[in-house]
Amino acid sequence: MSAAATDGATPVQTTETGRLRVRLGTLLRRPLFVVGLTILVGYAVVAIVGPWLLPDPLATGQGGPLQAPSADHPFGTDRFGRDVLARSVAAIRLDVVLGVTIAALAMTIGSAIGVLAGYWGGWVDEAIMRCTDVLLAFPGFVLALIIAAVLGDNVRNVVIAVAIAYTPHFVRLTRAQVLSVREMEFVDAARIGGNRPLRVAFRHVLPNSLGPSMVQATLVTGWAILDVAGLAFLGVGIGPPTAEWGVMVAEGANDVVSGYWWTSLFPGGMIVLAVAAFHLLGDELEGELR
Amino acid sequence: MKRYLVRRIGLSLLTLLGIVMLVFVVSRVLPGDAAALRAGPYADEARIEQVRQQFGLDRPLPEQFVDHVSSVARFDLGVSTRTNQPVRDELLARLPASLELGAFAVLLACAIGLPLGIVAAVRRNRPVDLLVRGFAVLGSSMALFWLGLLLLYFGFFRLGWFPGPVDRLPIGTAAPPTVTGFFTVDAVLAGDLGLALTALHYLALPVLTLGLVLAAPILKMVRGAMCDTLDADYVRTARSVGLPGRTWVLTDGFRNALLPVVTAIGIVFGYLLGGNIIVEFIYSWPGIGRYAYQAIQSNDLQALQGFVILVGVLYVTLNLVIDLLYTRIDPRVRLGGKVGA
Repeated sequence: MSAAATDGATPVQTTETGRLRVRLGTLLRRPLFVVGLTILVGYAVVAIVGPWLLPDPLATGQGGPLQAPSADHPFGTDRFGRDVLARSVAAIRLDVVLGVTIAALAMTIGSAIGVLAGYWGGWVDEAIMRCTDVLLAFPGFVLALIIAAVLGDNVRNVVIAVAIAYTPHFVRLTRAQVLSVREMEFVDAARIGGNRPLRVAFRHVLPNSLGPSMVQATLVTGWAILDVAGLAFLGVGIGPPTAEWGVMVAEGANDVVSGYWWTSLFPGGMIVLAVAAFHLLGDELEGELR
Repeated sequence: MKRYLVRRIGLSLLTLLGIVMLVFVVSRVLPGDAAALRAGPYADEARIEQVRQQFGLDRPLPEQFVDHVSSVARFDLGVSTRTNQPVRDELLARLPASLELGAFAVLLACAIGLPLGIVAAVRRNRPVDLLVRGFAVLGSSMALFWLGLLLLYFGFFRLGWFPGPVDRLPIGTAAPPTVTGFFTVDAVLAGDLGLALTALHYLALPVLTLGLVLAAPILKMVRGAMCDTLDADYVRTARSVGLPGRTWVLTDGFRNALLPVVTAIGIVFGYLLGGNIIVEFIYSWPGIGRYAYQAIQSNDLQALQGFVILVGVLYVTLNLVIDLLYTRIDPRVRLGGKVGA
């Protein structure tokens, strides 16, 4: 972060550069941020400690099929007699890791492309922006769906498909930010100092253009979790018997109308809570940056 | 104004071409054997080769591309490998069911989102506002498939207030004579109010599922826009000279907050087009979303591709309509100012 040297002396929140300059202390004074953080810390603890205390998420015959929630099985058992709590907890790792991976991937690729578009301008910009327009002219979930369906069912392909669907958002955000940052004096200074264009773009302009993308990445993590689970629910990507929230909801979907609500509604609730936590963090981060 | 119109429509056509290209790239150029995918998981080499020839997948890519574009331009979306019917006809037959569901869902979302957004903005940072914002966060984090099952469990299984997931009407009930394809509207047109109510009853749960989730983005937009206008000088003036709340909230505030709402509806519609796959599957709603679901289940790439193109066309058209609407409701656009991105 060499750019910090040029403006690091001013301790103000330089929102106009979009630089992420938020102190954790001020964020912790926001109640909704604390709620989101608490939920995520809770998930992390459960995901780490849970597997030691709970039965094997793939083991069948844990006290009979479709047992209602009880002291032995707080979330009940599914139609194969697997412990729903153990499966829901095992799925935390998979789903949250996938969500974070997708957001990181989309942000990395998206902001790199966005810098190219914004810093170079001209036909490079024009070509890149027309492509993002087309991708954005499409509901992201449908785009991810067809890419995943064509690439074939496995975890890697779902990550790629969903990441592609979110990349254009980061291209747009970064480009808009770069357009204003590249006119700033420290960029001129870097250029005059003899840095090559690529170095100026990626070492000086990019780090100062990431603020909005960081906020977006937090939100995208939540949406990516929803999309991965939604695709799995439709039978695209991750499939049974993997302990994944969307797969679990799909497996129990037919039993819900017969009154066996716990097999679907517990893992589904875990999704919503996790996504809500990421959205709370994102919203509050955005409020702090503004 | 005329120049803007021509430019805007030209841009939409370009985007449509882009979408057709995108679908081609995704289905032919991405790694993965298109022929093997179409032939299904149990096909042997000979069958895959046969499929390759049948769909012309053995020809050079540029040739395939020209073929692809020209057939889409002729509204030919190919033949479904699952049903052996033209994909276009199958999609068009199912479209009204989806549109009816979507239209009611957007109406419900506005009915929830508009008042809540206004109240939250007027009572900013009060308990009501926090409550409404909590609802918005929950709505934008909601997994449609979970909410759908939850409502089904309570609305159908526990309370028995709503029909189970069967179809648009009870089994054995004849659909009203087709005028619009919306069963509720058609039934009213045919003078059969009872049938209209039945159709509405069957719509209720899927509409509630989508509407509750779609209310969140509308609510956020309305609240944000209302907050901005309420902070504006002219509203402060109106309040300080003692005009009644009705005037400054509804006339000054709300009318200016309407613009972003129109944009929000565009965004919401895009979400709807993806979400209806899940909701139509849960409620066995015979629309294009359920068609797409069936296509996925049976590896019917031709049908899935057709669905994706139709979704693209619908989305681009709606956004075009919204932008043209802007020229009517926002004089800044009409007078040649820049259109907001």
